[in-house]
Amino acid sequence: MMTNRFTKALPIVAMLAASALLVMRPVEPAGAQQKGGGKAPAAKGAEPAAAKAAPKAAAKGKAGEVHSLKVQGNIYMLVGPGGNTAIQVGDSGVLVVDTQYEESAAALIAEIRKITDKPIRYLVNTSVDLDRVGGNAPVGRAGVPIIGGNLGAVAFQNPATIIAHENVLARMVNAPEGQKVDNPDALPTTTFFEGQKEVFFNEEPVLIMHQPKAHSDGDSIVFFRRSDVIMAGNTFDMTSYPRIDVEKGGSIQGELKTLNLLLDLCIPKHEQEGGTYVIPGHGRLTDEHDVLEYRDMVTIIRDRIQNMIGKNMTLAQIKAAKPTYEYDPRWGKTTGGWTTDMFIEAVYKSLTVK
Amino acid sequence: MGHRKWTMAIGSVCLAALLLAAAPAYGQVDLTGAWGPQGYTEDQDERIPGPALVDFVGLPLNDFGRKWALAWDPDRLGLQEHQCQVHTAAYIHRGPLQVRIWEERDQQTQELIAIRLYTSTYEQNRTFWMDGRPHPPEYAAHTWMGFSTGKWEGNILTVTTSHIKQGWHRRNGLPSSDVISLVEHFIVHGDQLTHVSVVTDPIYLTEPLIKSEDYFKATNPGNNWLWPCEYVNELPGSDRTRVQSFMPGENPFLREFADQKKIPVDAALGGAETMYPEYIKKLKAAK
Repeated sequence: MMTNRFTKALPIVAMLAASALLVMRPVEPAGAQQKGGGKAPAAKGAEPAAAKAAPKAAAKGKAGEVHSLKVQGNIYMLVGPGGNTAIQVGDSGVLVVDTQYEESAAALIAEIRKITDKPIRYLVNTSVDLDRVGGNAPVGRAGVPIIGGNLGAVAFQNPATIIAHENVLARMVNAPEGQKVDNPDALPTTTFFEGQKEVFFNEEPVLIMHQPKAHSDGDSIVFFRRSDVIMAGNTFDMTSYPRIDVEKGGSIQGELKTLNLLLDLCIPKHEQEGGTYVIPGHGRLTDEHDVLEYRDMVTIIRDRIQNMIGKNMTLAQIKAAKPTYEYDPRWGKTTGGWTTDMFIEAVYKSLTVK
Repeated sequence: MGHRKWTMAIGSVCLAALLLAAAPAYGQVDLTGAWGPQGYTEDQDERIPGPALVDFVGLPLNDFGRKWALAWDPDRLGLQEHQCQVHTAAYIHRGPLQVRIWEERDQQTQELIAIRLYTSTYEQNRTFWMDGRPHPPEYAAHTWMGFSTGKWEGNILTVTTSHIKQGWHRRNGLPSSDVISLVEHFIVHGDQLTHVSVVTDPIYLTEPLIKSEDYFKATNPGNNWLWPCEYVNELPGSDRTRVQSFMPGENPFLREFADQKKIPVDAALGGAETMYPEYIKKLKAAK
């Protein structure tokens, strides 16, 4: 009887397996699955070249502790060396927005495992920056996709589905030699090119909304509509002026459009506080008032630089006039990867581009 | 017998020590009840009609804070998202307001868990945690009232507050940053309550800003009003993305307050020096 049942089921299993093989990528051995926290296994294949080339000291700075904070509803904010990650948790599994650096992925996975033992089903990348995509391979490998169901998960050990705007994928694979990401496990598997990608997961609508020409040309914000939480990624940074990467298609105009959209989406609960929460790419958890003050500042600085350009001032003259002066003690930096001068220059370039 | 006595004596001492160590944080004085303002004669201009534009006198602001305030256009308050903006915990006691204070105690042990304070203006609730819990991590959200812990220092309740939102040190555009720290002292003298606040703002102040307000025990505790604020766009077709501000060096109200009060503009622009009595001599000498 048992043998008979098994014989009957065999062709169906074989068919499913064959179909899955056709649509799925080569995968890691089962040992690569990360279920119980601890150190994630290194992904097979090439690592992101930029990470390979990074000095050891820099890599060490990208490792480190990850802590979590319950925001509300299904959403947690995870804070680590790469800034903030958002996770949505429920019976269907885990959706991870931004995977931080590869070096901190093990800590990120361990923190997720403290919150839930449900499988990681989706990753979403809000931009192509290494602090958003660096951990894609190990975090994805710690999960399983919904596509393929249990068969796909167990028989083929496929990693979680990675969603991003198509410009993120394009920039990862078309990066200059030496910066290309050629580990297939790190690449987005589901890209979109229209205004937004919609996912219904954990009994919640999730809107992945493309923000053209904001921080870059591949930015998305992720709106968890039932939990009433927005993950803003690197379009919103509570530790510095907005990082506008003009070389990657960012602009001050697009940046302000995104900040104004965040204000439109936020509804405060009481007296301009609470209600919708916004997780920035870096820095503390915020609500509408925090976004408002940030938007006001960026708008005022944009207006000042526009005014100076109207007076035919050069970039050097504008920098010397200190259009960010009173905001500098809170938001400005004179060293590091994103200085006040670089911000002024990005705004200037955005406003003078022909 | 001797051994038993010694054992009992040691046991009693240990029990007493244990009880003392585990003593709940009982308040030394009773703050509970409704408290009304003891008039607004002190700082009346600021506390009731509101401060004039470019009146920064008596505040220890630095040049960054001054420039921030000089660029502030009051029209900004017309923006929908600014309309229901609340005074932060560091400013709200300037009033007008009435406060109601009550205790939250553990049902089983009667240990004091928290002292709660309702402020009628803006319907704000404050909680002073008295159970020794730590403040949240720096990445937690900030609120208008912040996160407060309290302790008794003799008969004075001292409250330390962090995680306060960006607001103002004076409601004419003088900014308070979102990294301020606030220490308050609640001091009861019979039917009167003195509230002393010390605000430290590493971004916009050069030294701590110290203020005080007085309350009296309210005979009618039901006087706490409500403050249901609803924001609206009152100008159809207006551009909600436009943020009103004055360009650097172009504030049209720069001299208004100074001329009205017949003081030098430098005095109106504030700074720590303007807080102290010695500054009067300097003003007189300048005339």
